[in-house]
Amino acid sequence: MTAARLGDLAVHLGLLLLLPPLLPGLIAKTKAVAAGRRGPPILQLYRDIGKLLGKGAVYSNTTTWLFRAGPVVSLAAVLAAGLLLPLLARAPFGFAGDVIVFAYLLGLGRFFTMVAALDTGSSFEGMGASREAAFSALAEPTLFLVLAILCLPAKGPSFAAAFSALPWQTWLAAHPPLIAAAVALFIVLLSENSRIPIDDPNTHLELTMIHEVMVLDHGGPDLAFILYGSAVKLFLFAALLVHVLIPVHGRVAGLPAFLLGMVAVAVAVGIVESITARLRLLRVPQFLVGAGVVAVLGLLVLVFRGTP
Amino acid sequence: MQSIALSLVVGAGAVLGVSALIVVLAGRSNRVALGVGSGGALLAALVGLPGAITALVSGASTDVALPWSLPVGSLRLGLDPLSAFFLVAVFVVFGLTALYGIGYLAGYHDERRLAPVTAGFNVLFASLLLVVLARDGVTLLLGWEAMSVSSYFLVTFESERDSVRRAGTTFLIATHIGALALVALFALLARHAGGFAFAELARGGQTAFAGANLCFVLALLGFGAKAGFWPLHFWLPDAHPVAPSHVSAVLSGVMIKMGIYGFCRVLAFLGPPPLWWGALMVIVGAISGLAGVVHALAQHDLKRMLAYCSVENVGIIGLGLGLGLLGRHYGVALVAALGYAGALLHVLNHGLSKSLLFQGAGSVIHATGTGRMDRLGGLARRMPATSLAFLVGAVAICGLPPLSGFVSEYLIFLGAFGNGGLPAHAVGLVLTALAALALMGGLAAGCFVRGVGVVFLGEPRSDNARHAHEPALAMRAAMMTLALACVALGFAPVVGVGLVARAAATLAGAAGLPSLGSLPALSGLAVVLSLLVAGLALLRARLLKSRSVAHGPTWGCGYAQPTSRMQYTAAAFAEPILGPFALALQVRTQAQLPEGYFPRAAHFERNVGDTAGERVLVPAWRRFLHLALRFKVIQHGRTQIYLVYMLVTLVALLLWQMGGGPGG
Repeated sequence: MTAARLGDLAVHLGLLLLLPPLLPGLIAKTKAVAAGRRGPPILQLYRDIGKLLGKGAVYSNTTTWLFRAGPVVSLAAVLAAGLLLPLLARAPFGFAGDVIVFAYLLGLGRFFTMVAALDTGSSFEGMGASREAAFSALAEPTLFLVLAILCLPAKGPSFAAAFSALPWQTWLAAHPPLIAAAVALFIVLLSENSRIPIDDPNTHLELTMIHEVMVLDHGGPDLAFILYGSAVKLFLFAALLVHVLIPVHGRVAGLPAFLLGMVAVAVAVGIVESITARLRLLRVPQFLVGAGVVAVLGLLVLVFRGTP
Repeated sequence: MQSIALSLVVGAGAVLGVSALIVVLAGRSNRVALGVGSGGALLAALVGLPGAITALVSGASTDVALPWSLPVGSLRLGLDPLSAFFLVAVFVVFGLTALYGIGYLAGYHDERRLAPVTAGFNVLFASLLLVVLARDGVTLLLGWEAMSVSSYFLVTFESERDSVRRAGTTFLIATHIGALALVALFALLARHAGGFAFAELARGGQTAFAGANLCFVLALLGFGAKAGFWPLHFWLPDAHPVAPSHVSAVLSGVMIKMGIYGFCRVLAFLGPPPLWWGALMVIVGAISGLAGVVHALAQHDLKRMLAYCSVENVGIIGLGLGLGLLGRHYGVALVAALGYAGALLHVLNHGLSKSLLFQGAGSVIHATGTGRMDRLGGLARRMPATSLAFLVGAVAICGLPPLSGFVSEYLIFLGAFGNGGLPAHAVGLVLTALAALALMGGLAAGCFVRGVGVVFLGEPRSDNARHAHEPALAMRAAMMTLALACVALGFAPVVGVGLVARAAATLAGAAGLPSLGSLPALSGLAVVLSLLVAGLALLRARLLKSRSVAHGPTWGCGYAQPTSRMQYTAAAFAEPILGPFALALQVRTQAQLPEGYFPRAAHFERNVGDTAGERVLVPAWRRFLHLALRFKVIQHGRTQIYLVYMLVTLVALLLWQMGGGPGG
C-alpha cells in the first residue's frame, strides 16, 4: 500500500465516519430558520448518539435474536456500502459492478430493519415495515435507472469509471440526462431517508410514520446505531448526488467543493421539507413512479442522442 | 476420465432403479420403503455427485450409444459441461431432500403406505438423470415422459383429498401439452437434420434454416410449460403446494429447471438467433418475474407463496437467457456470456434456496398442522433451527449479499450494464430487463420479509403455533446443509462462476467467460461485512455489560391486554404493496366491516386468483370451445348422411388423384 493510497483511505474513512451526523443537524437548522425559530444546534445528533451509547437497553419479551441483529446488520451494511462509493478519490473497494453491490447492500440493511420490526409483534412496527416494503420496492428501479444513466457513457459499470467520465466538458455538452438523473436521485434520496414529502422524520402519529415507527421499540445503543446508520445512508445518497451534479473527482482541490455540495444538498432537503407537506400515502407510489419516468426520459435522451 | 464420470452417474441411476424395484416388491412394509427407498436415493446422490463434478472439472464431452435399438431414434447417453452442471444441481438437491424425507415421511409411517412416494421419488430422480444425460431426441422424450408420470404420482400422494386430485389432473394435462409441443419440435428438427441424435441436430444447427422460428416457438411452449413461464405456469401454484413438502422441494428446485436445461440444449440446434428471440425472452422473463412476485405477495398459504416465487425466479432465469440471446445475435460476447452465466448460476442458486425454503415450510406444517400464514407466528422461539435456516433461504432467494442468490443476479446485472456494443433499440430492451429485475428484487424482499415475519416472528396467532416443536434431526440436518451451501456459494462466488463457466461460454459461442476480477473483491466485501457485523455486536455487548438490560412486554400504546390479534397479518402487510398492481390482479373481496359504535362482529376475506388462468387461459379456452361447438352441426346421428359424407370424400379424392395430385 503506497502512502498516497493510505492517505486516500484515511480521508475516505474520516469523511465516512465523522461527517454523516452533521447532515441531519443542517437539515433541522434549515427548517428552523425557514420557520422563524433558532432550532437545535447543528452538532446535536453527535450529542444524541453519545447519550444513547451511554444508556442501558430494554428488550421486549416477544423479540428474538433477530431484533438485536437488526440495527447491527443494517449499520454494517450501510458502512460496507460506504466503502464502495468514492467520496473524493478512489474508494477502498472499487470493482466492475460495484454500483450493483451498493444498491443491494442498502437492500440488505432494509431487509433486516423490516424483519427486526416485525419481530416485536406490534401493529405499529408491522405497519411501518409494510409501508417501507411498498415504497422501497418502487424506489429500487428508479435508483437502478439513475445508475444506468451514470454507467452507460462510462467504460464499465463501476463508480470510478462513471465519475471519471463526468468532467466539466461532458457536463456542458450532455447535461440533460444528468439533470434528469439528479432530479430522480433527489426524489429517491427523499424516499429512502424518510424525508417529507414521503415520510416525516419528526412525527410520532401512527397515521404518518414509516421509518420512525419501525424503530419504535429500539433504545440505548441499538437506537444509537440506527440513528447513526440513517445519517450515513443520507450521507451516501447526498454524496452520490453531489458527484452527479459537481464533477469533483480530484483530491485536494475537490474537498471544499465536496463539502460545499453536501451542505447545499442538506439545505435543499431542508427547504423542500419546509415548503412541501407530506403526501397522502396513496399518492406516494405515483410520486415514485413519476421519478422513475423522469429517469427513463433521461435515459432515452442519453441513448438516442448518443454520447459525445 | 470422462467414461468414469459417466459410469458413476449411470451407476447412480442403476442404484435408484434397483431401490425403487425393491420398494415396489416389498409392498406394504413402510420400514423397507423408507430405508431402502430414501437410503437408495441418498446413496445414488453420493455416488453420482463426484462423477458430475469430475465431468465438470475436466470439461470434455462424451457421447455413448447404448446397445438397444429403438424403432425411431436411438438410445444415446453422454456428458458435457451443460449436462454436468445440471447434474450437480440435481444430485445436491435430490440427495439432501432424500435425507429430509427420511424424517418427514416418518410422520406418515402409521397412516398410509409409503411405497408409492419413495419409489416414485427414486423413479423421478432417475428420469431426471435420463433427461440430462440424453444425447438423442427420443431418449430425452422418454426421460421426459417418465419424469411427468412419476411426478404425477408424487403430487397426488394424498389423493383422498379433492383439491389434490384436481391439482394433479391439471398438472398432468399441462405437462402433456408441453410434451406434445416437444414431440413436434424434435420431429421438425430431426427432419431438417436427418436424425434424432444430438450430434446430428447440432450439425443441422450450424446455419440458419427455414423452420427455426417455428421450432423456437415450440421449444418455448414445450420447455416453458415445464419451467413455468407466464402464462404457462398455471399448473405450478396448484401442484406444488399439494405435494408433500420434500416433493415440492425437488419439483420447484430441479424439476422445473429441466425446462431450462432443455431450452438451453435446443438453442444450440436452432442456428444463429434473430433479434426477436432475445426480445421475446426478455419480455417473457420480465412478465413472469413481476407476475410471479406480485401473486406471491397475495397468497395466504405459505407453500403457494413459495410456488409463485418459483415463477418469479424462472422469470429471472428467462431474463438472463434473453440477454444471452441478444448478445449472441449482436455478437457481443460479453453480454451473451454474462447473461447465460447468470441464468445458469441462478438455476443452482434457486434450486438450493427454494428447496431449503420448501423444507422449512414442510417442517412448519409438520409441526403446526397448518400452512396458513395467518394462523402461525412466534415459531422462531419454538423452532430456532428451522427459523434460522428459513431466514438464510429467504435472504438468499431475495438475492441479497453476501449469500449465493446475489451472485447470479449480479452477473445478470453486469451483462445488462456492460452493453458496450449494443445499438440503441437493443439498449432499450436491456434497460427494461434492468428495471424489471430491480423491481422484482424490491418486491421479493417485501414478500420474504412478510413470509419470515408473519410465520416465525411476533406472537403465535393460534394454538397450533403455540405448540410447535422442532422437527426430526434428519430434517434439520438437511436444512442446515443447504443453508451452509447458500452461505458458502455467497462468500466464494468464484466457485459458482467456475461451475457455470464452460457451459455458459459454449452457449454464448465464446471461448470462455470474461475474467471477472470482481469476484475475489465480492468475497473480500463479504468478509468485511461479516467483520463489521461481528465488531458492532461486540461493541454493543461491551457497552451493555455494565448497564441495566431490562425485559418487558412490547409497548402497545398503553393497552393493558395486548393480544396476538393486534399484530399485522400477512394480508395486511401485503396491502400497500399490492395497491399499485390492483388492475393486474383478480381480487375477490368479501367484507362485513364493523358498524356502529360497539360493533358486534366483522368479517373480511380477500382472495386473489391467478390472472393468467382467469383472464387469459380460461377465456381463450371458452372461446375455442364456442367456436368448436359451431361444428357440431355435422354430428346429427343420421347414418344415411354419414354415408353421403364418405361418398363425397371418396369422389373428391378420386378427382384430386386424377387431376395430378401427389404421386399422380
